Amino acid sequence: MTSRRSSWLPIIVGLPSISLLSACSGVQSSLDPAGAAAQLIADLWWPMLVVAALVTVLVLILLLISVFWSYRYRSARPLSHRQSRNLVIAGGIILPLSVTIPFALSSFSIGRTLYAPPPDNALAIEVIGKQWWWEIHYLDKNGDRIATTANELHVPVGEPIKLLLKSDNVIHSFWVPNIQGKTDMMPGQVNVTSLVADEPGVYRGQCAEYCGAQHALMAFLFIAEPEEDFDTWLEQQAQPAVAPKTNQAVQGREVFLDSGCASCHSIRGTRAQGDKGPDLTHLAGRRTLAAATVANHIGHLGGWITDPQHIKPESLMPPTELSPDELKALLSYLEGLE
Amino acid sequence: MTHQSSRVQERHDSPQEIEQLTRTWHSPRGFPGWFTHVNQRMIGRRFIITGFIFFLLAGVLGLLIRTQLAGPEQHFLGPELYNQFFTMHGTVMMFFFAIPVMEGFAIYVVPLMVGTRDMAFPRLNAFGYYIYLIGGIVLFGSLLVGMAPDAGWFNYVPLAGKEYSPGYGVDIWTTMITFIEVSALTAAVELIVTILRLRAPGMSLNRMPPFVWAALVMSFMIVFAMPAVIVSSTLLILDRLVDTQFFLVESGGQPLLWQHLFWFFGHPEVYIILVPALGMISTIIITFTGRPIFGYTALVLSVVSIGFVSFGLWVHHMFTTGLPQLGMSFFTAASVTIAIPSGVQIFCWIASLWGAKIRFATPMLWVLGFFAIFVIGGLTGVMIASIPFDTQVHDTFFLVAHFHYVLIGGAVFPLMGALYYWWPKFTGRLMSEAGGKWSFWLAFIGFNITFFPMHQLGLEGMPRRVYTYTAEMGWGDLNSLSTLGSFVLAAGFMVTLINAVWSLYRGQPAGENPWNAPTLEWATASPPPAYNYRHIPIVESRWPLWDWQCRGERSVVTGLSHQQREIVITSVLDADPVGVQILPSPTIWPFIAAVAASSGFIGLIFHPVFFVMGFFLVFFALVGWFWPRRPWKEEA
Repeated sequence: MTSRRSSWLPIIVGLPSISLLSACSGVQSSLDPAGAAAQLIADLWWPMLVVAALVTVLVLILLLISVFWSYRYRSARPLSHRQSRNLVIAGGIILPLSVTIPFALSSFSIGRTLYAPPPDNALAIEVIGKQWWWEIHYLDKNGDRIATTANELHVPVGEPIKLLLKSDNVIHSFWVPNIQGKTDMMPGQVNVTSLVADEPGVYRGQCAEYCGAQHALMAFLFIAEPEEDFDTWLEQQAQPAVAPKTNQAVQGREVFLDSGCASCHSIRGTRAQGDKGPDLTHLAGRRTLAAATVANHIGHLGGWITDPQHIKPESLMPPTELSPDELKALLSYLEGLE
Repeated sequence: MTHQSSRVQERHDSPQEIEQLTRTWHSPRGFPGWFTHVNQRMIGRRFIITGFIFFLLAGVLGLLIRTQLAGPEQHFLGPELYNQFFTMHGTVMMFFFAIPVMEGFAIYVVPLMVGTRDMAFPRLNAFGYYIYLIGGIVLFGSLLVGMAPDAGWFNYVPLAGKEYSPGYGVDIWTTMITFIEVSALTAAVELIVTILRLRAPGMSLNRMPPFVWAALVMSFMIVFAMPAVIVSSTLLILDRLVDTQFFLVESGGQPLLWQHLFWFFGHPEVYIILVPALGMISTIIITFTGRPIFGYTALVLSVVSIGFVSFGLWVHHMFTTGLPQLGMSFFTAASVTIAIPSGVQIFCWIASLWGAKIRFATPMLWVLGFFAIFVIGGLTGVMIASIPFDTQVHDTFFLVAHFHYVLIGGAVFPLMGALYYWWPKFTGRLMSEAGGKWSFWLAFIGFNITFFPMHQLGLEGMPRRVYTYTAEMGWGDLNSLSTLGSFVLAAGFMVTLINAVWSLYRGQPAGENPWNAPTLEWATASPPPAYNYRHIPIVESRWPLWDWQCRGERSVVTGLSHQQREIVITSVLDADPVGVQILPSPTIWPFIAAVAASSGFIGLIFHPVFFVMGFFLVFFALVGWFWPRRPWKEEA
């Protein structure tokens, strides 16, 4: 998703070298809107940029002219009092007013659209900020949790979504730049926001409020998919974990239950009911590990289990010491949790 | 009244009188003597030097931060160190560099500009400095012993609460912030009284130099803004030390309370830094265009209105916290109104520059650099006043770019200009012009390379306060460019440092008024004698020195005692002389009081018994401080 537009900024304001260097991946960019809110904000940004560039150029030209005159003429040729006064009234009062009044009005009108309450039939999703990952619950019409996952938010394209943003620890901020602006997750209050994803795709969201040691690697994937795909996915997420199919996997389940994993993690359908770490019921279906820090494949998973501090220093997950066989069994079990 | 205000042409005074005057205002030399200084220029100089040392230290932290971010997934600094470093960079730059250095310039220059011999409360001045020095050393020292705070310069709860920041770091942050606030309050009170009551006879309010107006507005802002953060940090330290529950959600506390209190201080804070810089710009423009500034009244009213409006903006730091939209809209409107007084000032300056014979000396260059940078920073400031747009760029590198444009462009560039401008007055020698120009161009280019790309990084989704980012994000190139720029910027400031040290030994002697400036500080020797002015001048216009040049004579007040530290008190509006105040001589008590208060507050972090100890120590120190002077000894 390379953006051509995101290189306008430096070109317009005159540092063209930057645009040659910029390589925008675009999956976490407010300049590549894929949601109604992000689109409205981007539509506000581009005219703002143009006006700001014009004002900057105007002021600098006036400044340069005055500097140039002082080189050009031997004696001072000051403006008359009346000319000076008119210049100050035009530049210092009329110019700011004519820029800021339309700006504030358009900002208010966009705000009214953006922050309208979600419709009653909107799909409700509860997102809880943790140190340093995201717990996600899908709610039914009565507000009961029907499925739980982590660090991967699936939504149906084009449907209004109602997000209930919470935290039970420090302040985090929920932000998917391609879809919409950020909303903080404040302990002790529920911030409700609504969003609509217009284009299917995989976007990245990241915590935007400093929340401690691993604030930097607290990200998640935002996956907008067609409604049928989403329904299938949600139905599958609502199921308890599949039973292990091979002997090795059965043995892996014992390792999981006996090595301390279960005291923090849940796998629905087993007696692992920990609530400190992410729910792992459908771990194998996720694309990333450690809050969208590394791709979910067996090498990373093994590394994450045995030495999480290497991937995310200061992470709250302790290292687990396992024999090679135990690790293999555990990985085989976790790999089977589709 | 023991003196007469009479207008006499300055005549040659007898050497005995001058010697007596010098002895009266003399500051003791040597190591123990250092702790007894109370003269305003000594204290101001200390604030400036200490402030720049912290600028250097926090600047090095900034370079380390940039080095870590130069490429994706680097291991130069881990999250632990990085988080301490960015916390300290912000805290030290805001609290231990920007405010104190601005106060330092005001303390040094304002009494000279208003034509008096010292400030109203010299011992309080000294106390404020020691409190600042101790606070700064303890805070920075915590970094060296690995106890540095790491919850950010904004120190949001609950992250800064005991549960999530268990070490001593946040305790030290909270306590040291209170120290710097107290120091700022003493300086503010001092400046307000000095400006309102100690102006030279004839310097009515409408003849005050723009920098004095700016210092007055800054001081009033400090008085009204600082208590909010003293309250919030006191509540936090109570939460942390004695288990109160102001910010604990489980017991009904409110994390948003911290944000309201912090930003009620924090927003005026940036204007506290900006306002004196605006005064510096006016000062420099007047001198280097060689004519009165256009729109004196408009400029003064703009500065005053910026001061007022800045107290109605704090919620624009909290647009994403889920506050009601309608209420927040008010703050959008209030934030964009700042564009008007800023615009008026910028165009008053342009009108003054237009057609003038500008001398392009180094101070003027820094001011021209200010225009280019500050206009961009101001415009991005208008953009982020929009709630929807702010939700995209809040807490991203766009914001980092914005406030560095405003603070470095708006405050540090004028500050550097002011340093070059007043350096000959401080030291008696001029800094090298060539060095100054190198310094300016390196800093100007380096600054833009460092911070301009950050706008784009923020729009491309890079949040602030991250110690690293993954390679797939594609932020690596712009970050390496920015890091490269930061070293050029640092080199620019280093050139000034070298220039300053060089000039102390080799600089061209400046004389009284090397720039042909119109304000009073240039009417005395460089550096000024301990008593500032042999005779207090009498002012008849806004530009007294230019008047005197035209007339070939100056009016002064005579009759102040040589035997004791006497200054003239004048009325608030018209500066009519109304009395004489006798100021205290050098004394050790402010230092003892500062040490007593600090040992109590710092010890309290570690054990409650220090509270009792500090209480009694401060009591005894204040008894010593306020011990009545014995009149029969004063007569001698």
